[in-house]
Amino acid sequence: MADGANPESSAQGSGETRREFLYLTAGAMTVVGAAGAIWPMIDSMNPSADVLALSSTEVDLSPIEEGQSVTITWRGKPVFIRRRGAEEIAGAEETPLADLPDPQTDEDRVEKPEWLILVGVCTHLGCVPLGQKTGESRGDYGGWFCPCHGSHYDTSGRIRKGPAPKNLEVPPYVFLTDNSIKIG
Amino acid sequence: MSFKTNNKVVQWVEDRLPLISMGHHTLYEYPMPKNLNYLWNFGSLAGFALVTMIVTGIILAMQYTAHVDMAFNSVERIMRDVNNGWLIRYIHMNMASFFFIAVYIHMMRGLYYGSYKAPRELLWQLGVVIFLLMMATAFMGYVLPWGQMSFWGATVITNLFSAIPVVGESIVTWLWGGFSVDNPTLNRFFALHYLLPFIIVAVVVLHIVALHTVTSNNPLGIDMKGPQDSLTFQPYYTIKDLFGLGVFLILFAGFLFWAPNYMGHPDNYIPANPLSTPAHIVPEWYFLPFYAILRAVPDKLGGVLAMFGAIAVLFVLPWLDRSKIRSCKFRPVARVFFWIFLINGLFLGYLGGKPAEGWYVVASQIATAYYFFHFLILLPVILPMIERPRELPSSIHEAVLKS
Repeated sequence: MADGANPESSAQGSGETRREFLYLTAGAMTVVGAAGAIWPMIDSMNPSADVLALSSTEVDLSPIEEGQSVTITWRGKPVFIRRRGAEEIAGAEETPLADLPDPQTDEDRVEKPEWLILVGVCTHLGCVPLGQKTGESRGDYGGWFCPCHGSHYDTSGRIRKGPAPKNLEVPPYVFLTDNSIKIG
Repeated sequence: MSFKTNNKVVQWVEDRLPLISMGHHTLYEYPMPKNLNYLWNFGSLAGFALVTMIVTGIILAMQYTAHVDMAFNSVERIMRDVNNGWLIRYIHMNMASFFFIAVYIHMMRGLYYGSYKAPRELLWQLGVVIFLLMMATAFMGYVLPWGQMSFWGATVITNLFSAIPVVGESIVTWLWGGFSVDNPTLNRFFALHYLLPFIIVAVVVLHIVALHTVTSNNPLGIDMKGPQDSLTFQPYYTIKDLFGLGVFLILFAGFLFWAPNYMGHPDNYIPANPLSTPAHIVPEWYFLPFYAILRAVPDKLGGVLAMFGAIAVLFVLPWLDRSKIRSCKFRPVARVFFWIFLINGLFLGYLGGKPAEGWYVVASQIATAYYFFHFLILLPVILPMIERPRELPSSIHEAVLKS
């Protein structure tokens, strides 16, 4: 055995002994092993394959008239689809960015100006804003109004007034044809 | 060696809640006989199995649906879609078997070395209570996947209670929550399957409190008389238990990754069908000896009584075995009969897995009779007459030095 293996001799200098080294390495291996055993169980609580399989939805836009809104479900959440009129588009495009708490141009939020597609979940604490059905309050800016804590969204779904910090989220989507989209 | 600290925060907590010194006492300075062999590893292994079952069980319960229309598919979803679901379920399935393996060896250790004798009677009886609770929990857990074996196992086992005179039928209806094993049965089994393990934990705590009051038995079966007979739990037995755990887990991993369904039954991958019983239904392997005893008696009530009696007899074992000598090392006749008893028990297990026909029935009857003969006649009546125990060593220390 080398001198370093003798606890007595090496303990005098640095205080490190063969036993401490064994404790340390055994302890480290225990931590790695425990983490390896626990991780599969923690990971099992992440979305499963069948949940991920439902993560895209196709929508046929052809029955939607100008000025009409529909709500569809994507990943268990409501998605607002609104076919905007020329006036709404113009209003949204002409809003100065300086007036916006979360500045973003209308062009950045749509593929085609006619179709506004949003995740219908208020960015404050997750309620579904009003404004999809006729007769519901659309707030002070003609878009949506969240009744839970009074957030107002404009015709581009951008936050204008109230406690919500961000604009309504735009989900990832592509136009499959002129009249149908795939969300997710 | 008692617990002392210079840390003011630790001392502040200690003065109000002596958790650290209790832990120090039970896991560090607790004196263990210094001559324990590897058969004394199986208590801690059973404890490890219990914790594994509870942890994986809670994770599985997050994905499982207790409804007759959805239970089977929810288990298949765990196997196919849930991240690592196959792994977690296979751990839960196979650790159930390994839990019983550990507990059976633990019990046989107790039988051989007389660990049930004074002053360890309550310790032993608490162990039998744990064994009973484990059997109830395992049985209800096997029902949850709602396969053919689940359904018909539940039907057969609950029907045992119909053997009770007069009120039997009402009790079975009450157990079912209806007129057959159905959705209410599945729901209550799930609720109880989740509850019972925590009751087991509570009884295990009592088991350990009793153990630490009377201290561990040892292969010589004589008491520790002083510090020269004992070793502290840490590091000697923590390390030994951990090494045993490593070996146990290697064997476990062998089953888990190469033969995860070896100890199960393929019929349970067929969805439950209340209109068709599988041709050959058997319980899980760990119930087979008791199942053989049930079928050996050609009378409904008699069979049920014999089966429960096979476990009840363990409760009174400390008073049936009248020898003052604990360890079979010093009991030349009892030692031979211990091995005969063990082989007879394994044979009962073999017979429990066979159909109830031909010579199997006669053999089951003989083996059942022998099981009760061992406890009710051999230990209390015959052995005291014919056995002359060998001389005990004067102390553990002396015996260790000699060997």
